[in-house]
Formats: sequence, structure tokens, C-alpha cells
Amino acid sequence: MSRLIRMDGSGHTTLAEWTAEDVASVDAAAAAFREELEQGSIAMVTRGPGHAEHVRELPLDEPLVIMRRPIAGG
Amino acid sequence: MSAAAQVDAQLLPELASVYWRPRMTAERLRRRERLWTFTTLAHVVPFVVVAIVMVLLSPLALPVSLAALAHAWLIPELYARRGATVTRELRPGPDGPERVSLGLLGDLVDHDARDLHARTGLVPEPGQLGTWLVGEAGALLVAGRRVSCWCVRATDPEGARLPSGDRVAHLLLALRSDEEGFATVANLAFSGARWRVRRRLPKRQRAALDAVA
Repeated sequence: MSRLIRMDGSGHTTLAEWTAEDVASVDAAAAAFREELEQGSIAMVTRGPGHAEHVRELPLDEPLVIMRRPIAGG
Repeated sequence: MSAAAQVDAQLLPELASVYWRPRMTAERLRRRERLWTFTTLAHVVPFVVVAIVMVLLSPLALPVSLAALAHAWLIPELYARRGATVTRELRPGPDGPERVSLGLLGDLVDHDARDLHARTGLVPEPGQLGTWLVGEAGALLVAGRRVSCWCVRATDPEGARLPSGDRVAHLLLALRSDEEGFATVANLAFSGARWRVRRRLPKRQRAALDAVA
């Protein structure tokens, strides 16, 4: 089961869970993913120790996709 | 995906908001560090010269010499103090969200980093430019005997304050995806001797600096 989560004021919120075989869950996850992107979030997946990558489309084979807010210099 | 698209995918999206800044490469960073050294010397040397000349001209000018030496010491200290504030810990949120956010952060790092974060509030992250110590509202970049202090933070979602673990996780994920981009987006608050920054850090954070030095 893959998860799409958003880091927010609650710690994190699970937005969607899906399995590649369950088309309905994939569609729901993709919709939630697009909605987050439209609100300015950035999607990240980890790529082993010390590596992460931002993605623009929902990677269906990733176990965890994390939505984060943009960073800015203080 | 084309090669250009792959390169683009590795760049930090936030770079678009600081398009006028040149990308912070290792070479550019060394230049910035040298500039900081020059700035420090430009503040220190004149005051030291004044202190020496005054006391040579007249021993009665000793108080003025001491005041000049105090300035020579104090001005770099103030810069270092400003730099050290980038790792300040922000007001924690409610217990529940704090715990959840620390759980997620813990999943992103290894045992040693988790332990150091628990003790110091800073997460170590090795990079190409040096070793980073990532906090809630900034990061220290440790390279040899020099520390560069970067002010950078996650933008809070509307009306919601992020818990501390999420603040660190935001910066950590951005750093891991594009280190040079991260250093480009962040503001360099200070760069100087490790001992100078260490003196200005809260006591519990000094252990983090010692651990990666």
C-alpha cells in the first residue's frame, strides 16, 4: 500500500492510499496529488540515504510520497 | 524523460523565486567565504592598529586603546551571533503534532542522526559542500574549520504552524534533492571560524557541531 502524505500543522495528514491494482484508489490519489500541487505544494520522494527527488506526477510505485511547502530564505 | 527534463527535475522548484541569484556552487561558496574573511579583517585590523598606535603615542590613551580592541573583538562576535541564531528552536506546537512530525523525521534519517537530533535539535546531513546541520529555521554548513550559517525555513501553510519535526524535514528534503539549489535559496547570514560560531550556539547545540567537526 502506497501513501500520499502532506506535512502540515497536525504533523502530517494522509491524503490518499493506493495500490497499483486498485484503479479507483489510484485515481483518487492522483486527484489528491494534483490538488496539492495546485495549492503550491511540492511532492518529494526519498531515493535512499541522503537523496530525495521532487516529482511532478504521482509515482505509483513509490511507497511514500511527501507533500511539502516551499522553502524560502529567512 | 529527456535529459533536459531530468536535469530540471533535480533542481529545487524554489529557485524560480530567486531567479536573480547565481547558483551557489562550491567555487562561488569559497568566494563568499573569502569575502566574509575579508569583511572580518576589515573590521578588526583598523581597530587593532588604532589601539596600538594610540598606546604608542601616549600611555594615557590606554583606555581608548582598550575600547578599540573591544570593538575589534565585538563586531565579529555580533556577526557570529547573528549567524548562530539560524539554528534557534522555535516555539513547539501541541504535543500530538510534535510527536507525529518527529516520527516522520525519524523515518527520514538513520539512528545516529535521530539521536543527535534528540540531543541537539539539529540533524546532520553530509553533502558535497560540507556537512550540514539542519535546524527548524536554518542550517549550518561545516567545512573544515569554517562554518557557514544559512537562514531558510519552510513557509507555513495558511493558518497552521508546522511542528518542529516537519520544519526540519522540509529543509532536509529540499537539501537532499538539490544541495546547491538549497544554498542558493537560503540566505547566508554569516561565514567564519567554527570556534566563533560555536561560542554563540546554545549549549545543547554545540555537541552537534562537535560531532560533525
